[in-house]
Amino acid sequence: MKILVCISHVPDTTSKINFTDGDTKFDTNGVQFVINPNDEFGLTRAMWFKEKQGASVTVVNVGGAETEPTLRKALAIGADAAIRVNVEATDGFAVAKQLSHVVKDGGFDLIIAGRESIDYNGGMVPGMLAAMIDANFVTNCIGLEIDGSNAKAVREIDGGKETVNTSLPLVIGGQKGLVEESDLRIPNMRGIMMARKKPLTVVEPTEANSETKAVSFEKPAPKGAVKLVDAQNIDELVNLLHNEAKVI
Amino acid sequence: MSVLVYTESENGKFKKAALEVVSYAKAIADQMGTSVTAVAINADNAESLGHYGASKVLSITDDTLNSFNAKKHAAAVEHAAKNESANVVVLSSSADSKYLAPLLAVGLEAGYVSNVVEAPSSTSPFTVKRTAFTNKAFANTEIHTDVKIVGLSNNSFGVVESGGTATVEAFSPELPNSGVAIESVDKATDKVSIADAEIVVSGGRGLKGPENWGMVEELADVLGAATACSKPVSDLGWRPHSEHVGQTGKPVASNLYIAIGISGAIQHLAGINASKVKVVVNTDPEAPFFKAADYGVVGDAFEVVPTLIEKLKAFKAQNA
Repeated sequence: MKILVCISHVPDTTSKINFTDGDTKFDTNGVQFVINPNDEFGLTRAMWFKEKQGASVTVVNVGGAETEPTLRKALAIGADAAIRVNVEATDGFAVAKQLSHVVKDGGFDLIIAGRESIDYNGGMVPGMLAAMIDANFVTNCIGLEIDGSNAKAVREIDGGKETVNTSLPLVIGGQKGLVEESDLRIPNMRGIMMARKKPLTVVEPTEANSETKAVSFEKPAPKGAVKLVDAQNIDELVNLLHNEAKVI
Repeated sequence: MSVLVYTESENGKFKKAALEVVSYAKAIADQMGTSVTAVAINADNAESLGHYGASKVLSITDDTLNSFNAKKHAAAVEHAAKNESANVVVLSSSADSKYLAPLLAVGLEAGYVSNVVEAPSSTSPFTVKRTAFTNKAFANTEIHTDVKIVGLSNNSFGVVESGGTATVEAFSPELPNSGVAIESVDKATDKVSIADAEIVVSGGRGLKGPENWGMVEELADVLGAATACSKPVSDLGWRPHSEHVGQTGKPVASNLYIAIGISGAIQHLAGINASKVKVVVNTDPEAPFFKAADYGVVGDAFEVVPTLIEKLKAFKAQNA
């Protein structure tokens, strides 16, 4: 089994979000970048397939050279090889298009991406990729078993979950549940040293137009001060929720 | 030219999000000087979508579509969009709609923007405002393709009755084989899901242990609310992952969000920021949640919550 894990290079979850160039660009100043958490759950599951079922694991990112430390981290966690498609990730469609070429060229049969990145939250790359390469697709995936070319996946649905049977080639949109938080691996010194020697191949992009463009950003309006209600006067809270907020 | 909208139903009954996306599609159609066609699958009272602005409903009756299958459902909507020469397709932000949207986008060669919170600010270029950075910001986004797909964030536009009527046409799209088959579904039928909930009651580590969730569930019961929890609570295994809300969990966009014993880490606040009214109960007046909330009670949850339950029961009895 040849697994491709798609890695987004995203601001750490604690990052303060600011914009620059007249609110047209994300301000990366002072921002720490990490593997997108939804992708990291998938990467960790891929490690399990590598160790228990002999799968090979390649990680891929579409982006500039600044994303390479994030790919090296994935190698340090245990991926065998990395690919960087050398083009700025402009929208979900363009990224999916680049990935579709990587999948075809590399002959990957299981592609694991996060259900969405925590920066742009588009949630479209895995599905678009699946449609482009005509693979099966399960998103919001919280459980995955592979047996030969058959797969059993658990998908979170609104208000519950469902178990589905499908087969390779398969694209997964993963999230927490694919592995537990406690299963995530922090790279150790040996992993970091080994990662330096693993191949990180830079491939030039194929032509792919963006379909959408974020033209400007804005931040939510600052919030008014909280209205405090005395713990001894909960009637007042009920009153405010009914008459002022009109939510009950 | 028209605006097509995919409406979701469960056991034949339209979901609230379906009425909201039709209302939203009507607003876009008015801006563009065109009309709304809705796609309904195995739904009763298809004509009722006329109240919310649909002029026509393509009604599909097909037992193989009773359970959701992204590929088949996407194909049905794609076929409808092509038949209607739709320029804009509107979807909700349910788990199912977000599953089919990217498949539909490739099928229609359409640009897709998810998590949209307002009617387009312009239809040429077609520009919509969406949340980004998990609700820490908004991105004004242009769609440059001929056909545009807009995924509306639930509860952001509201249900608007415009009082029209719709004609209903039977529609039988050709459906592809799907390589994904459902083996089993595990869904609590007696509980409100976080995605559909108008009110969400959420507990944090301040509740000290899973054995203390009875009052959270009771409060949710009284309010007809869904229950949720913070990340540490799900990591500790006190509550299932499916209840985890926040940046790496589920987003919440309810009308009312009540946080009990949750300090308000930046990742948590990001995930629930789209909720309209936020109430926090916490013993620590310095908890960051107080800066993000509309109403706050500084106090012990073990005293405040039972009192709140009692007062709400009295309120409900009076206003029933």
